[in-house]
Amino acid sequence: MDRLDHLESQSIFILREAYARVEPLSMLWSLGKDSNVMIWLARKAFFGRVPFPAVLLDTGNELDEVYAFRDEYVESWGLSYINADCPALEETDPSLPLNSRHAARKTLGLKRIIADQGFRGIFLGIRRDEQAVRGKERVFSPRDESGTWDYKDQPAEFWDQYKTEIPPGAHLRIHPLLAWTEVDIWRYIQREGIPVVPLYFARDGWRYRSLGEKDITRPIRSDAATIEEIIAELETTRQPERAGRTMDHDSEDAFERLRASGYM
Amino acid sequence: MTQHPVNPAPRELLKLVVVGHVDHGKSTLVGRLLYDTDALPEGKLEELQAVSSKRGMELEWSFVLDSFQAERDQAVTIDTTQIRFKTDKRDYVIIDAPGHREFLKNMVSGAAEADAAILVIDAAEGVREQSRRHGYLLHLLGVKQVAVAVNKMDLVDHDQGRFAAVAQEVTDYLAGIGVEPAAILPISARAGANVAEPSPELSWFQGPSLLQMLDRFHSVTRPSLQPLRLPIQDVYHFDQRRILVGRVESGVLRAGDTVLFSPSNKTARVRSLEAWNADPPLEAHAGQSVGLTLEEQLFLERGEVLSHEERPPQLTNVFKATLFWLGHKPLEPGVKLTAKLGTARYAVEVVAIEQTVDTDSLERRRGEAVQRNGIGEAVLRSRALMAVDEAQALPNSGRFVLLDDLDLVGGGLISMEGYPDQRSVMTVRTSNLFSVEHSVSREERWARSGHKGGVIWLTGLSGAGKSTLAMALERLLFERGYQVYVLDGDNVRRGLNANLGFSPDDRAENIRRVGEAAALFADAGALCITAFISPYQSDRDRARAATERLVPGGFHEIYVAADLATCEERDPKGLYKKARAGEITDFTGISSPYEAPRDPDFVVDTGELSIEQGVERLLEFCRSRIAFDPPKRG
Ligand SMILES: Nc1nc2c(ncn2[C@@H]2O[C@H](COP(=O)(O)OP(=O)(O)OP(=O)(O)O)[C@@H](O)[C@H]2O)c(=O)[nH]1
Ligand SMILES: [Mg+2]
Repeated sequence: MDRLDHLESQSIFILREAYARVEPLSMLWSLGKDSNVMIWLARKAFFGRVPFPAVLLDTGNELDEVYAFRDEYVESWGLSYINADCPALEETDPSLPLNSRHAARKTLGLKRIIADQGFRGIFLGIRRDEQAVRGKERVFSPRDESGTWDYKDQPAEFWDQYKTEIPPGAHLRIHPLLAWTEVDIWRYIQREGIPVVPLYFARDGWRYRSLGEKDITRPIRSDAATIEEIIAELETTRQPERAGRTMDHDSEDAFERLRASGYM
Repeated sequence: MTQHPVNPAPRELLKLVVVGHVDHGKSTLVGRLLYDTDALPEGKLEELQAVSSKRGMELEWSFVLDSFQAERDQAVTIDTTQIRFKTDKRDYVIIDAPGHREFLKNMVSGAAEADAAILVIDAAEGVREQSRRHGYLLHLLGVKQVAVAVNKMDLVDHDQGRFAAVAQEVTDYLAGIGVEPAAILPISARAGANVAEPSPELSWFQGPSLLQMLDRFHSVTRPSLQPLRLPIQDVYHFDQRRILVGRVESGVLRAGDTVLFSPSNKTARVRSLEAWNADPPLEAHAGQSVGLTLEEQLFLERGEVLSHEERPPQLTNVFKATLFWLGHKPLEPGVKLTAKLGTARYAVEVVAIEQTVDTDSLERRRGEAVQRNGIGEAVLRSRALMAVDEAQALPNSGRFVLLDDLDLVGGGLISMEGYPDQRSVMTVRTSNLFSVEHSVSREERWARSGHKGGVIWLTGLSGAGKSTLAMALERLLFERGYQVYVLDGDNVRRGLNANLGFSPDDRAENIRRVGEAAALFADAGALCITAFISPYQSDRDRARAATERLVPGGFHEIYVAADLATCEERDPKGLYKKARAGEITDFTGISSPYEAPRDPDFVVDTGELSIEQGVERLLEFCRSRIAFDPPKRG
């Protein structure tokens, strides 16, 4: 087994553990490369079907290509799909920096859909290598009723024994891709032929490395127009993946504060 | 004009954990290593400089890992993190673990995943409490490759003598737990001395730099050559197929294999391996997540372990474990927990704490409780039969975690030494017998005997006085007109059980046959007294079940209590002496466990009572329990 086989097997194991022990479940589908890989892994784990809804936290502000991709693949992958509308900017915590407030709309949208649907477990396609605070995450990460991440007292997690028991009202964030890197994701997309939003591929010297909403995500300078070229670019770049995500860079603790209060 | 780069294949990946006492410089080492190997992303160094000087510090390499505000403000790692870097040889995941004892659960969470470890020791402080505890835990967690970095050499003037002294100290300690470090090297993490490059101040050191050392570790592969274990995660019926899913933990599974499920002890043939968007595989190796269908429609649930018929897991409801305890309340006898083993969950109870380990001195002490963050040896029992392996032989299926209510509070490694495999005694081989009604009723037999039939089952250590009591009781009952007979080692081993030896399995079978024979005596209307050590509750429970099937309420478990010291002093046959000398193996109480009855029907303490007193009380007990008043006919 090579590295991708290992990662795939481990992620499938995680998906199946969650499915066996946590109910009801859903999967956040941001339509980015990671969440498409996650859907793909779910289809492998459950033999072609995704036995829980895919949820888009919709700010109404996603790029047009993203919405087009959604419409196509909800259909062709036979997904049960929930469009979760995010509250307006005015409803977010005004003490946060503006970019964080954009992100906080998603946090609020997530809280609302969890409360509405009573989800006990949510799959999210975050990875440790994206961001230092995410580097500290568990695979099964409990959140209390208010969605707060008690990151100073996380549960022990070892020998593939995950935290699946939580008090009433709480929920689990389940992270099947935590151990993957950005290059792993692209290699897997390549190997499996997983479709992705075309914005990832360079046009006129620009491409999106990470997809967020219109106002708070910027493309990077790049000529990588194929998966092979993206992989080659990533093998050598020293630019961080989320450099184009403005909300990470407001202040030293911007991302920690976002995550502590329930961001992905 | 587009080029088409051909991407090289993904490289080998090694997972490396950095452990050691608080403040000895683990995070600094990792941060520095990343810097020296050019693995920090653009802008990171400037960011580090800014957040360090904001706190009035020089550049703090540890902030690469310590990303929480609380960690930076208090200059301590709270939680484990993982970060990537690469050498020419391969890719690495470095797992930074916290050293503060408060965060041991986080250290364990990080370290358990690792293929190899670096134990960091402050040259000035030397080996400290958590250096030792981490060393010990690595060993329990199964991390076999360890290198030692003696850090902060700048604080001891790069003194070779000081390095040698610390190296000796750590070598001695690790030797005590059977670990031989792959290398011990002096470094100064903050300055980057001997991290990626050798340093002039340490020119006396001939060995490798830390970076060179890392490339010497071996990558760890999953054990395909070992016996097959596949814990069932779930059973899906999304369509007409009934698919069992799980991950192969060890061994190889092939379509067409005959497989055994434990603990249910069912067998079936694998019809197919299943996959989506790919050809169905013909075989699955250790590490692979698979789906499979069976030829037979068996009722199976999550938690069953699939194996081959050869070399299956053992079945038991009692086992011994070396465990580390993270719970707040002490772990002591009587504590009830949930054990998660593979995908199975069992309600378990602590029967005994046999030893606690002092990780500072490596002393093993008799103990009643394992304290928070402590290590000990305990006997656990579950009501349900469990499928287990020896952790020594099959680490993945020989280890378990403990849950207290919602929280994971410990982990342990299973040892079955001294405990029988119950699979051999659970199989009902005589499946084509038809029960035929007797023409004499139970009541008729009892009326003729003048008392009910039953079993008086004596259990206790060798030398507790079981046989003496049994023979004396037989005499007294006989004289009072009872139908009574004693089964003991002498009359049973000579005939009925002549083919059995003294291995744990044979002992279990010995007791099973005695239980069945005694049940027949009871059914025949007699009182059968048995005098066997019968050290395991599970064996006695089975004997009880055999009798109860025929004579409800007819089984009486009598604990002949006399503690080990008393029995050993009596030592009527000189057996204890031989056992102590190692001439007899598996001797109950010495080299093999004795489980006192959980809920005996009667206790005779021969340490306190004379034989006469004991027999008298037993006689009273028997008379009250087997008295039979024939129904008056009108
Ligand atoms: N003089 C000197 N100081 C060092 C060296 N390495 C680390 N330090 C300092 O030791 C202190 C502790 O370093 P850390 O890297 O945070 O220690 P740690 O082992 O990660 O600590 P915990 O994770 O909290 O257990 C910091 O102030 C470092 O700057 C070294 O080689 N020389
Ligand atoms: Mg640290």
